[in-house]
Amino acid sequence: MPSYVPSSYPIGLQVNGEWRTIRVRAADTLLYVLRESLGLTGSKSGCDNGDCGTCTILVNGLPIKSCIMLAVEADGQHVTTIEGLIHSPVLQAFVQKQAFQCGYCTPGFIVNCHGLLSIHPDANEETIRIWLESNICRCMSYEEIHEAVKTVFTPKNAAKPTANGS
Amino acid sequence: MIPFDFEYYKPSSILEAVELFRHLLAQGKNPVYFSGGTEIITWARMNAIHPGAVIDLKSIPECNVMTFQENNLVIGSCVTLSVLSAVNPFPLLSETVIDAADQTARNKITIGGNICGKIYYREAVLPLLLTNSRIVIAGRRGMKEVSIHKVFFQQMRLESGEFLVQIITDRGYLSLPFVHFKKRQIGNVGYPLVTLAALKKDHQIRTAYSGVCAFPFRSIEIEQVLNDPALSREEKIEQAIVKLPAPVLTNAEGSADYRKFVLKQTMSEALSMLEGG
Repeated sequence: MPSYVPSSYPIGLQVNGEWRTIRVRAADTLLYVLRESLGLTGSKSGCDNGDCGTCTILVNGLPIKSCIMLAVEADGQHVTTIEGLIHSPVLQAFVQKQAFQCGYCTPGFIVNCHGLLSIHPDANEETIRIWLESNICRCMSYEEIHEAVKTVFTPKNAAKPTANGS
Repeated sequence: MIPFDFEYYKPSSILEAVELFRHLLAQGKNPVYFSGGTEIITWARMNAIHPGAVIDLKSIPECNVMTFQENNLVIGSCVTLSVLSAVNPFPLLSETVIDAADQTARNKITIGGNICGKIYYREAVLPLLLTNSRIVIAGRRGMKEVSIHKVFFQQMRLESGEFLVQIITDRGYLSLPFVHFKKRQIGNVGYPLVTLAALKKDHQIRTAYSGVCAFPFRSIEIEQVLNDPALSREEKIEQAIVKLPAPVLTNAEGSADYRKFVLKQTMSEALSMLEGG
């Protein structure tokens, strides 16, 4: 049975395509480790409560709020942060449509939208709406965000969510 | 940031998890089982709980199944809500869990964690109460399979060291007509004013509720009133409201009076959709 010293756990994870090994506290969130130990400050700390979505990253391609995931849970996993998405069409669309004001929520929106685009490239309006409800923009740039997202998806119909929105 | 340390274990078998718990408890480490972990992380960050060790169940194969075995649907406790709704083996359950939290959070929240949580909505339990599902529990004395009604009264009643392994639902319930409503004060994400799940079996309507009182519930007394053919729909609802099992909630989502108003409307919609036929 594995046993660890509470103060230091060795983990290995692939971050933006690069394999990283690091020692973490079991109580450290993945958000904290990405920012404070790996220097990847693109993922923001907002509510720290799983509500606002600005800390969203991809774990094995799936959007996850890194403030409600322990770093030790990411051992052996593939993690993508906003720093790994500089060539994403979603990021380019946000720039072109100026889909931000203060920009604090923007990394979370882009990562989540990139995850959706990867999993459901033909997502319809309803699925897009369901997924993007996970993120909050207090500057109220939702109209521009919607415009940016529309440019990377070509919804086939606007009726039911794609695969129950998941 | 969580302001204290704890130990982390990731057993790969049920027996190992149970033994770990017993061992850590004996050492005074106040262990907790951990699945999606969203609620544990949140409570710990707020300094509201202080586990000395967490036992992550996600590597236990039995906790990750979602399969049909003979006439039963078996769902492991570590299956996430987003996987559950995407695969959709149990439409009422899918429709219920897709309204919990938001899509990204549902990628982390598990069915077991939702049912066993301390936050009192626990909406995933409603379809299980309506379908008389059974629960597989692991503990010091081995495994047991019990009716949801034996272990869920307002909240899950597990003994120290026990954890939820699987949920078993008779296949016959999965295709019954149902309705589900989650009504919030505003928007599509957040806690409910009223959540009502209902299904119809053998011409009888079954209903279960969350957000109305400080715990989710199914009430046989309410169902008897709602299925009384001698009463008009308005009379059924007026009499059902009197039989609620506890005071109606007043909180940030809404006052008790407003909740009762919304509950009556929701009951009326549910009856309208399921009555007849």
